[in-house]
Amino acid sequence: MTTSASPAPAVEAPTREHALSLLRSMVRVRRFEEKCAEQYAAGKIRGFLHLCIGEEAIAAGVMGLLAPGDAIVSTYREHGHALARGLSMDAVMAEMFGKLEGCSHGRGGSMHLFDVSRRFYGGNAIVAGGIPLALGLALADKVGGRPGVTACLFGDGAVAEGEFHESMNLAALWKLPVLFVCENNGYAMGTALARHQSQTNLAMKAQGYAMEATRVDGMDVLEVEAATRHALAHVRSGAGPWLLEFVTYRFRAHSAYDAERYRTKGEVTEWRKRDPIALFCHRAVEQGWLAADDLTLLEREADDEIAAAVAFAEAGTLEPTADLARHVYAEGSP
Amino acid sequence: MTQGVAPARKTTYREAVRAALREALQRDPRVLLMGEEVGAYGGSYACSLGLLEEFGPDRVRDTPLSESAFVGMGIGAAMGGLRPIVEIMTVNFSLLALDQLLNNAATLRHMSGGQVGVPLVVRMATGAGKQVAAQHSHSLENFYAHIPGLKVLAPATLEDARGMLWTALEDPDPVILFEHTMLYGLEGELAADAGPVPIDRAAVRRPGKDVTLVAYGGTVGKAMDAARALAEQRVDAEVIDLRTLRPLDDATLLASVAKTHRAVVVDEGWRTGGLAGEICARLAERAFYDLDAPLARVCTAEVPIPYAKHLEDAALPQVEGIVQAALGAVARHG
Ligand SMILES: Cc1ncc(C[n+]2csc(CCOP(=O)(O)OP(=O)(O)O)c2C)c(N)n1
Ligand SMILES: [Mg+2]
Repeated sequence: MTTSASPAPAVEAPTREHALSLLRSMVRVRRFEEKCAEQYAAGKIRGFLHLCIGEEAIAAGVMGLLAPGDAIVSTYREHGHALARGLSMDAVMAEMFGKLEGCSHGRGGSMHLFDVSRRFYGGNAIVAGGIPLALGLALADKVGGRPGVTACLFGDGAVAEGEFHESMNLAALWKLPVLFVCENNGYAMGTALARHQSQTNLAMKAQGYAMEATRVDGMDVLEVEAATRHALAHVRSGAGPWLLEFVTYRFRAHSAYDAERYRTKGEVTEWRKRDPIALFCHRAVEQGWLAADDLTLLEREADDEIAAAVAFAEAGTLEPTADLARHVYAEGSP
Repeated sequence: MTQGVAPARKTTYREAVRAALREALQRDPRVLLMGEEVGAYGGSYACSLGLLEEFGPDRVRDTPLSESAFVGMGIGAAMGGLRPIVEIMTVNFSLLALDQLLNNAATLRHMSGGQVGVPLVVRMATGAGKQVAAQHSHSLENFYAHIPGLKVLAPATLEDARGMLWTALEDPDPVILFEHTMLYGLEGELAADAGPVPIDRAAVRRPGKDVTLVAYGGTVGKAMDAARALAEQRVDAEVIDLRTLRPLDDATLLASVAKTHRAVVVDEGWRTGGLAGEICARLAERAFYDLDAPLARVCTAEVPIPYAKHLEDAALPQVEGIVQAALGAVARHG
């Protein structure tokens, strides 16, 4: 499905070890989010809860290739990105429980997971609002002579915002080391792509900014990886930014629940046939990269980790309300 | 305020701003100046004239007309370890970047549980008086002073134009500097070695015992003129220059009113929901029993600033209005 200016990079057969790590990454995210939905129904998690179930191949494929020195700016649909980047399930779950032990000490919640030690600069809940931040982080790396790339994740809906277009132009103009990652799941809330974009091939937007771009099957984790590896090498070389458009689908509601009036059950069923986990498992077993029971083993492993995370979050503490005004300004600031 | 021992020399507010910018660029390699027309053009108010030639295009960066993207990029660059100075041509255009300033600069520290600091300085011109009508003349300082997480400064003197920038750059949080367009041409004496000044307190520009005139930015000069006119009528006015609009220096205001028992607040912003109202509320809350007369406000008329000179003059706080308000206050005996 790769189209656009740049040709599709070849997909290579993964080693067993690598296949396991990709599958593990996707399974962790899937099972974790299923548990989040449960905890939401139980009233333990409140607010918005945007699940990326169906889109895990992007988190696994992109994050796995980033180096520790690379930075990430994400959206409110970022649980997968955070986990794949290495934030602990404990810290993420505790954050959603509003606990002090959470990765943002309970001040952010599901949409605002942060871990500066991993250069994970947050889920941003203003559509496209994080994109300019990615430019700045990239500028700081470039000016500082560091090799870091900033991965900037956003949805198809963000492509309609001015901040996306301003940032595409500026990043290309200044050759900033930004990897733009568009998770095109076909909808901005209830608005289908064709109802919000005059040009639905989003990778083509890059042409207007003299930027490289690739449109990739976001349900195929190996395609995701291959395209990311190729684009990253370009960005890291100093040749300027790259836009990756991953065509994917969200299997669940926009946020925790919605009536899904905007799409048909049949459409969801069709896309579920391309479930990135099932797709990869099937192929991996067929090709002999993985054994038939690997998936079950990984699921069990993830479930144990998740159970421990829920227990950790439950046992977490609530920050005293006396500390409400902390972190508005730097500690010790007048 | 620090008063250098070196001999004073004649200069202007604009030159003081430029000297501050030059010093910042010289002193700290992490400092960049970015914005529309800051480089080749020399700054839309000529504040950065010559700096591109002196520091080169990596330190003095002309940006495209993308307020949201370059302000957001400044935020990201500050997160990434730089100390950017972002110039927005005027506060009127800053509305295109309000998303970045409020939803990112002011909130990231809190949302991340204290992990993300944004040591960014944003400078912008503000205010009326040049007959540039309703899209280039407004005083929207109050929009920003409303926002926890920001610090807001209004240099009204040469010393502050010269000294506030460096202190702001050393601050770990985002600081917005408002330069009133009518002040750029202000002439006066400044010590040759004038340097950083505190940014956390108001200043008494003229001591007096009968009535307190509170002003900031472009209205400080008008309040001083009013105080001189009042002196001729044997009314001894104290003039307070707020200097810092957030956080407000309540102590200086309260001490003055405890002495004078009367206050007139002068504000080039609109009256409704404005900064003058906030100051009056604080005085009413905390100095009620010190007051011998109702608090008074002299604000901009509730109209978009008109083009015609006589109408523009009529819309803005003027010396005569301040004098009348002060006389009204002293006419009442406690
Ligand atoms: C600036 C802004 N406008 C509107 C919203 C409300 N909103 C939240 S998510 C969303 C849809 C965004 O769709 P997309 O970018 O495709 O991301 P997805 O949810 O599909 O991952 C909207 C409209 C918002 N958060 N920010
Ligand atoms: Mg979408």
